[in-house]
Amino acid sequence: MTMNPKKGIVAFTSDCIRWSLSGGIGFKLYIVTLLAVMGVGVWAYTNQFQHGLITTGMSNIVSWGLYISNFTFFVGVAAAAVMLIIPAYILKDKDLHEVVIIGEGVAVGALVMCLVFITVDMGGPLKVWHMIPGIGLFNWPSSILTWDVLVLNGYLALNTLVPLYILYCNYNNKKPVGWKYKPFVFLSIFWAVSIHMTTAFLYQGLPARPFWNNPLLGPRFLASAFAAGPAVIMMVLIAIKQKTSYPIDRNVFFKLKRIIVVSAIINLLMLFSEIFKEFYNATHHSLSAQYLFFGLDGHDALVPWIWTAIGLNILGTLLFAFDPTKCNPKYLMPAAISLFTGIWIEKGFGLIIPGFIPSPMGEVVDYAPTVNEILITLGVLALGVLVVTLLIKPSLVILQRFKGVNT
Amino acid sequence: MDSRKKEGQMKTNDILEKKSTRRSFMKKLSIAAAAGSAGLVTGGCVGGSGSTEEMGLKWEEYFKKNYRMMTDKEKDETVARLEKLAKLQDDANIQMSNQEPREKVLFGYAFNISRCKGYMDCVEACVQENNLDRNSKTQYIRIFEMDSGQQDPTSGDGKYHHEVPVENKYYMGIQCFHCENAPCIKACPTKATWREPDGIVVVDYDWCIGCRYCMAACPFWGRRFNWGEPEVPKEELNPKQHYLGNRKRMKGVMEKCTFCVQRTRQGKLPACAEACPTGSRVFGNLLDPDSEIRYVLKHKKVFRFKEELGTDPKFWYFMD
Repeated sequence: MTMNPKKGIVAFTSDCIRWSLSGGIGFKLYIVTLLAVMGVGVWAYTNQFQHGLITTGMSNIVSWGLYISNFTFFVGVAAAAVMLIIPAYILKDKDLHEVVIIGEGVAVGALVMCLVFITVDMGGPLKVWHMIPGIGLFNWPSSILTWDVLVLNGYLALNTLVPLYILYCNYNNKKPVGWKYKPFVFLSIFWAVSIHMTTAFLYQGLPARPFWNNPLLGPRFLASAFAAGPAVIMMVLIAIKQKTSYPIDRNVFFKLKRIIVVSAIINLLMLFSEIFKEFYNATHHSLSAQYLFFGLDGHDALVPWIWTAIGLNILGTLLFAFDPTKCNPKYLMPAAISLFTGIWIEKGFGLIIPGFIPSPMGEVVDYAPTVNEILITLGVLALGVLVVTLLIKPSLVILQRFKGVNT
Repeated sequence: MDSRKKEGQMKTNDILEKKSTRRSFMKKLSIAAAAGSAGLVTGGCVGGSGSTEEMGLKWEEYFKKNYRMMTDKEKDETVARLEKLAKLQDDANIQMSNQEPREKVLFGYAFNISRCKGYMDCVEACVQENNLDRNSKTQYIRIFEMDSGQQDPTSGDGKYHHEVPVENKYYMGIQCFHCENAPCIKACPTKATWREPDGIVVVDYDWCIGCRYCMAACPFWGRRFNWGEPEVPKEELNPKQHYLGNRKRMKGVMEKCTFCVQRTRQGKLPACAEACPTGSRVFGNLLDPDSEIRYVLKHKKVFRFKEELGTDPKFWYFMD
C-alpha cells in the first residue's frame, strides 16, 4: 500500500463515488436489480399519488398499514447501531471498532427508509412544508409525531456526520481528533435510545388503542431492536466477509452474537409478560391480542403470521444461544435471517395492525396490502439496501488503505 | 346508484377526450410552463385543462397560511378564491362563509336513547348538508342497534339493515363528540385541527398533511379520511358552505363532524337535529341557562361514552 496521493474534499468525493460504483459484473447486476425494483416502486407511487391512498389496502378502520409497520421496524434497526457504538467508542473494543462504520452505514440506510416510508404514507406529501417551523406550524411539544421528526432527522445527521468526519480524516491519512467527534458519539448513544422510545411513545400515548397503550411498549421496542438490528448488521458483515477482501475477525461475530442473544432473551421475556397479561384474565382490552393470536369474529388474517414470527423468534434465539460451530458465518446467516424476519413481522404489522382491530366502535375487519402498496414498500426497501451498499463500499476502501499505511 | 356510476364514467370519458385534443394539450403545456408546478402542487390534478386564472388561484391557495394564522383580510381572500375556483372547476355557485364563533356560546349535544327509533334520517340529512363523499359513502353519524341491557355501543350492531324499530332494541347515535380535552388535537403535527372557542373541533382541510395520527388517537372513531378524490353530484351539492365546515374536501385529508358549523353559527340547528323525526336530538348553547340542553343536563339521567378516558366530550346520552 502506498500513501494516498490526493487530498481535499473534491478528491474525497470523487473517489468515494468511484469506489462505491466500481465492481465486477456481479456487483453491477446487483445494483441494476436494486434500481429496477426502485423504478417499479416509483411507478407504483405515481399511481398512488394520482389516485390517492385508495390504492392501498388501508381503510377508515385500519388507517395505518404496511408503510407505518415497516417504518416502526426500521427505526429499531437504525437505533441498533448504538450496540456497536458503545463498545467501539466508549469501551474501546478493538474488534468492534473495525466494523462500527458498517453499523453506522446500516443506521443511515434504515433512517432513509423510515423517512421515505413516512412520506409515502402521507395523504398530502406536497404539504410537508406545513410542518417546517417558521414557514409552517410545528405542533411541538404537544404532538409526539413532531418529536419523532426531530429525533429521526437528528439521528440521521449524527450518524452521517461522525463517520464522514472519521473517514475524511483517514482518507487524508490523519487520525481523527477525539474532541471533535467524541461528544457527538456520546450524544448519538442517548439519541439512539430516544428515537426508539419516541417512536414507541407515538403509539404508547394513545388511550384510544388499548393494544398500544402499554408501558412495556417502549422498553420492548428497544429489546427487540437490539436483537434485530445487530442481526441485520451481522448479515451485512457476513456478506462483506464473503464478497470482499475486508478482514472481519471471528471475534466480531462472537461479540455481536452475545449482544443478540441477551437482547433476544429479554425480548422474549417481555413478549411472554405481555401475553400473560392479555390472556390470564382477558378483558375488553385484550380483544386486539385475541385477534392477533387467535382471530376474532371469524377474522384471522394475522394469525399465521404472528405464530410464524414467534416460531422464527424462538428458533433464531436458540440458534444464536447454542452455536456448535463457534461462529461459522454459514451457520450464523440463517440464524440472523430467522431472528430478523421474526422480529420484522412481529414488530411491524404484528404490532401496528392489531392496534386498529377491533375499531373503537368494536368493528372487526381484516387488512391486506394491495399489490401497489407492496411494490412501493419493496421500492423503499431496495432504496435502503442501495444506500447501505453505496455508503459502506467506499468506507471500507478508505479504512483498509489507512490501516495498510499505518501498520 | 347506477346512474351515478354512468355519470362518473361519462365524466372520465369527457376528460380523456379533452386530453386527447392537441389544442388542449398545447394549452396545458403552456400553462404548466407558466405556472411552474402548480398542477402538481394542487395534488396531482392531472387531466383537467384549467385556465391560467385557475392555475394562478391554485398557486395562491397552495401558499396560504393555516386558517388560524390568517388575518381577517386573508380569510376573506381565500374564501373569495375558493368561491371562484368552485365556479371555474365545477361550474358551481357556492357561497362560502368564514363566520367567526359567536360570543358566549359553547355548543353541546344530548341524545335521547329512549326516543331514537333508528330511522337514520339524521344520517341522510348529514350526508346532504355536509357534502359528504358519495363514492366511499362517507357518513359522520353512525347508529348502533342495541339490546336492552347493553350500554356500550361497541357491542351493538352498527350495520343493521332492516325495518325499524325492532322490539326490545334501542338505538344509540355516535358522531364526533367535540371533546374539550381532545386527543386528536394533541396528536396533529401541524396544528391543522383545533377546538374553536364555541367548542367545535374543526379541521383546516388545506393545512392537513394526511398523516392520520389524529384518526389513531380518537377513541370514538369520530374522523374520516379521504382515501380517494371525494365526489358529490353537482345537483346535490349544498352551496351554503363554511371554510371550516362543509366545503369541498380533497383526497388525502381528514374530515369530521363540525356540528354543522355553517348552520349553527347562524343560530340554526345542525342538520341531524333538525331532521330527527322523533325529537331525540337536543342541541344548544351550554352557556345559556334557559337552553333545552341545559334543561336536559339538569333534569335527566345523563351519561357519556368512554367517560373513563377523560376527554370530556360535549355529547351526552340521556333517557326519559
